[in-house]
Amino acid sequence: MTVTAHGPLPATTYDVAVVGAGVVGCAIARELARRPGLRVALVEAQDDVGQGSSKANTAILHTGFDAVPGSLEARLVREGARLLAAYAAECGIPVEPVGALLVAWDEEQLAALPRLADKAVRNGYHDAQHLDPAALYAREPRLGPGALGALHIPGESIVCPWTTTLAYATQAVRNGVDLHLNSPVETASRQDGTHVLGTARGELRARRLVNAAGLHADTLDRRLGRHDFTVTPRRGQLLVFDKSARDLVRHILLPVPTALGKGVLIAPTVYGNVLLGPTAEDLHDRRATESTAEGLAHLREKGGRILPELLDEEVTAVYAGLRAATEHEDYRIRAHPGQAYVTVGGIRSTGLTASLAIAEHVVGLLTADGLDAAPARDLEPVRMPNLGEAFPRPYQRAELIAADPEYGRLVCHCERVSRGEIRDALAATVPARTLEGLRRRTRARAGRCQGFYCGAAVRALFEEGRT
Amino acid sequence: MTAVRRVDVLVVGAGPAGLATAARLAAAGAGRVEVLDRERQAGGVPRHCAHGGYGTWLHPLTGPGYARLLLDAADRAGASVRTGVTALDWAGPLSLHTVGPHGPETIEARAVVLATGARERPRAARLVPGTRPAGVYTTGELQQSVHLYRQHIGARALVVGAEDVSYAAADTLRAAGVAVVAMVTELPRAQAAPARAADTRLRHRVPLLTGTSVTELVGRGRLSGVRVRHRDGRTATLACDTVVFTGDFVPDHELARRGGLSLDPGTRGPAVDGGLRTSRPGVFAAGSVLHAVESAATAAREGAYAGRTVRDWLATGGWPDGVPLLVDPPLRWIAPNRVVPADGGRGERGPYVLRTSVVVARPVLRVSQDDRLLHTERPRTRTAVPHRTLTLAAHWTGRVDPKGGPVRVALG
Repeated sequence: MTVTAHGPLPATTYDVAVVGAGVVGCAIARELARRPGLRVALVEAQDDVGQGSSKANTAILHTGFDAVPGSLEARLVREGARLLAAYAAECGIPVEPVGALLVAWDEEQLAALPRLADKAVRNGYHDAQHLDPAALYAREPRLGPGALGALHIPGESIVCPWTTTLAYATQAVRNGVDLHLNSPVETASRQDGTHVLGTARGELRARRLVNAAGLHADTLDRRLGRHDFTVTPRRGQLLVFDKSARDLVRHILLPVPTALGKGVLIAPTVYGNVLLGPTAEDLHDRRATESTAEGLAHLREKGGRILPELLDEEVTAVYAGLRAATEHEDYRIRAHPGQAYVTVGGIRSTGLTASLAIAEHVVGLLTADGLDAAPARDLEPVRMPNLGEAFPRPYQRAELIAADPEYGRLVCHCERVSRGEIRDALAATVPARTLEGLRRRTRARAGRCQGFYCGAAVRALFEEGRT
Repeated sequence: MTAVRRVDVLVVGAGPAGLATAARLAAAGAGRVEVLDRERQAGGVPRHCAHGGYGTWLHPLTGPGYARLLLDAADRAGASVRTGVTALDWAGPLSLHTVGPHGPETIEARAVVLATGARERPRAARLVPGTRPAGVYTTGELQQSVHLYRQHIGARALVVGAEDVSYAAADTLRAAGVAVVAMVTELPRAQAAPARAADTRLRHRVPLLTGTSVTELVGRGRLSGVRVRHRDGRTATLACDTVVFTGDFVPDHELARRGGLSLDPGTRGPAVDGGLRTSRPGVFAAGSVLHAVESAATAAREGAYAGRTVRDWLATGGWPDGVPLLVDPPLRWIAPNRVVPADGGRGERGPYVLRTSVVVARPVLRVSQDDRLLHTERPRTRTAVPHRTLTLAAHWTGRVDPKGGPVRVALG
């Protein structure tokens, strides 16, 4: 099993190089790992998988009810939702089928609901149901006053985006994919039918190339002479509220999209928190992941109308992610046969849901273009550490603690993370290399105290476990 | 099935309040007294306060020395202090689910004392915008990093806050070899003792920026600066690789809340009467979870007093009703925050503690019930300052009508 973060890249020529280890790139690498005999490299600019847009999304497993009917996105989200639900059950990725409510707060939004219900049907989703105010408030008693009705989408779920990306990467690496971190691609050329990527860690050669570079997909595309699309980073700021807020909300509360924009959502998380966001700000800087006073004030104003009591709860995290928006409505997934190259661009927030279907689609394009691959095999399932509150966490499992008391020694008290889990994350197939990486793998330091109690102890375990 | 074990008194939290309660109860023969603490060492916050200021004039101690003293006293009295054990949730009105390296256990008691302490609100809870770099601390994390783990902190730090704990953070930074660039407070003055504030400003040459708020953290990977804005509109970016958010304490009230105990809207801790009785018969609370935060000595004194009222409960099973004790603005909160006439009858009970939200010179406290003036007091503090202790004596409680309306405290 190969994960590298330093030193020169291997001199070998890979069959396929996938650029970008976000949720989509990791899913593609995993799908390629199902073909025995292929030499696959997964090349990532940052120091961990899922470090770009994938780490900061709204963590929803969509049904695809509101996609553009007939689009590639609609098909891949629909297929991907089914695939990911099954995969999550196999790997222990936490998913909670809480359902979503599109809540109408004015006449215009109310008028939009039948159109959305109709669109859902055209997307093959038949379970959407209109709720009058009485039925809506019965389902969500803490909702702010003035809601006029809602469309209920029972199939929408919440999911852990970090575990999903990590499961793909883990399974890919265990089945022969080389993961190379800290390798931003600076140049790309083709010599004698082989792609030569110049990275910060030297050259990497591959016969075929998959561009899953997310926010930077258009830059890489241009390096290969393609001008298919331009990424306009769209910033989404989000607030995460403490677990005591979880009882306030039962469903994902989605805004009704209107001509005036998309509005913000409130959703429970699988960790037992409540999420409020995102903002939608079109930017030029692809690194502008900072939050702003205006953004946070906007979210609190909107959130206060939807769920007034939410604002009394403590905020445990503020973050911002950049969605890889393009000038096109649909995903930009293109094979360029003459170039042995596939672009996977414009994957927006639905990419998490669609990831496994995108991966199948992309590998299909590669084989159609002549990639000599054996038939797909089933991979040995991976079992991921559970971060979800709806499933037993290690501290709740007597048999696990009896076998290894380290799972009964809690370090991060707010999130109830044990020494055993931290030790495991530092020794995993794709190990935590930073405190942030450790947080995403275990939730250590992610709670209401943000390290007041445990920060120093977690850092000590991290330093100790890394050496 | 989880094992169930019975004790007489279960104390949650082995800080000054919890240890003092346990020592008092065990010494008085209250039966099996058990203290749980989720940390690996008992002692609570003083464990990582390497500075002095604990103990008495005659026997000054550092925080860790004080923590050892309290632990020894509880041990000697015969209380069982168990560390590395977390009280997860309530299993019944007076029983708790716990977990530790030996696995899960349910502990049932005749009385439960919550002494779960308080924490500083971190950057996220304060909604400070910007990037999410490394180098962002609370005082609690900073002190543990420096004094318990000897970790590297940084080169230049900004301290947010100017109350006692902020000056303790500045001392810890200096002890760790970190230069303190400045201290900032939104208030017009420091909220620590004038001598201490002056010493830091003049001898250690740390500027205090008053009327100044933190508007943004800057830096990718590592903090590179903090943007601040003065009331008059001037802004600046202070170059630093470390920022410590100090003070702004909130009670660690999760267990109280999970148990459905009434919380006081002002303190956000469990509401208690002068006997430290919560809204549920048999459940008491003491220490900083009631008033985030007072000194360790106050917490310990209160813990000892809780030991006394717990014994009354074990002997008589009595649980008086009491009336609410409220404050008028600019007072923020008072603790305890319910009152029964007998509360002030014993000299052992400390005074009420209060906080103001604004600076008030020559304060006067007026206590009334249903427009009947019960008590007027001129506190010893010449000026009431936010984040600093203000006290109110308790001897007037005998005049409270237990059938009357809420008792109100006003600041004049």
